[in-house]
Amino acid sequence: MALVEVSGLKPFSETSGQIFGTRQTHLVDRTNHYSFGSSVREFAVPVGEEPSGFLTSCNKEGGVNIEMNHGTTTLAFKFRHGVIVAVDSRASAGRYLASNDVNKVIEINPYLLGTMSGSAADCQYWERLLAKECRLYRLRNNHRISVAAASKLLCNMMLGYKGMGLSVGSMICGWDKEGPGLYYVDENGNRLSGRMFSTGCGNSYAYGVVDSGYREDMTVEEAYELGRRGIAHATHRDAYSGGVVNMYHMKEDGWIKVCKEDVSELIHRYREGMF
Amino acid sequence: MEYLIGIQGPDYVLVAADNVAASSIIQMKHDYDKMFKLSEKILLLCVGEAGDTVQFAEYIQKNVQLYKMRNGYELSPSAAANFTRKNLADYLRSRTPYHVNLLLAGHDESDGPGLFYMDYMASLAKAPFAAHGYGAFLTLSILDRYYRPDLSRDEAVELLRKCVEELNNKYRMVLVVLIRTQPGHQVGMFQTKVQKHAGLQRFGSDPVHQVE
Repeated sequence: MALVEVSGLKPFSETSGQIFGTRQTHLVDRTNHYSFGSSVREFAVPVGEEPSGFLTSCNKEGGVNIEMNHGTTTLAFKFRHGVIVAVDSRASAGRYLASNDVNKVIEINPYLLGTMSGSAADCQYWERLLAKECRLYRLRNNHRISVAAASKLLCNMMLGYKGMGLSVGSMICGWDKEGPGLYYVDENGNRLSGRMFSTGCGNSYAYGVVDSGYREDMTVEEAYELGRRGIAHATHRDAYSGGVVNMYHMKEDGWIKVCKEDVSELIHRYREGMF
Repeated sequence: MEYLIGIQGPDYVLVAADNVAASSIIQMKHDYDKMFKLSEKILLLCVGEAGDTVQFAEYIQKNVQLYKMRNGYELSPSAAANFTRKNLADYLRSRTPYHVNLLLAGHDESDGPGLFYMDYMASLAKAPFAAHGYGAFLTLSILDRYYRPDLSRDEAVELLRKCVEELNNKYRMVLVVLIRTQPGHQVGMFQTKVQKHAGLQRFGSDPVHQVE
């Protein structure tokens, strides 16, 4: 941290080396509380290797074909009574349907949620790591981490491995001192704060439905219906999204899980107006 | 596509940037701020690759503020511009170059107002007017034709309005900078800041509303 350097404070590890003699200190958990896991690399990367080049070679026909789990629709929007988070539950590996019942929302703490889209492995790993860092922050500083800070932590993790083939499109939703918060973070290091986001390959369909039906002063039930509609219509059009709609409502006193409804049943109910 | 423009006058620098944050074909945000305040007298406008822009601009921003904390006085705009360019150059031939295009606008006590153009290859030029993005192809000639070193503030805004109108007319892409919703009402997606020696003065987010 800049202030630590400016004020001339020697880091603990330096002074402990002088007192106890030189020893292996880099394996010990760091006492520098501000590194947030981003100065020590989670994965060692050999110098000169290009992971993104390796990954493109894995996608060629006739060669080794590693298909990553990719397809998703997730959406989240802020309104008067908080934040609605709705996600589908399909995991696809290329053209193969790996699972129709995946949980794409990680419950970081009672006031923070993270959604997952892109590569399932990347999202699950990095968001679980984010949850760990949020918990450590709470223990060290005796107050909950803000949504802006949590999203910045995830963004910096992504930037550490930029260009190496990570695929993460995540929305960090929460309620902190500033009120309801919604941030979009992706593998490029994009971090945007906004009123509504949708990620995954079905995102455009969700944007269409939610943008046209959105009003800031919706009732809670109307907002639930809008979230359901967004995911349902996106899964109807996008082959790589489907399963069930998992919906959460982030309120001032924490999140609640609203529903888990099968998309095909929802579409059946909506059929009347569609054809 | 992203667009930046800067016009220097006798005692001010006028800068403007589009407000759209886009990802492929989707416009994710319509009120995205591309200006980073380095100090009371220096503004950095940054466009380019996602993630790199904020990362690089915040790095420069924090270092300029650190300089002030360490030394008790602020970096001049020229020094800040050269510091920024040096960082771009150092990272250019590394494994992680920053793909960002910048405009730095500042007001110096002794030298007066200054506009500095920088691009991702670490070039630096002090210029009376400059622009970044595809929109620059359309607007640089307008600036060439109508710019004078002694433009008043209102005349400079009028020059900016000419540029914006041309972008409206001729620049049609999915990620277009300005969107005309209906005749007579233009949704101006620019936020403009006029910087004088007294500090920053913000026009408000739709300075070109009365175009038609």
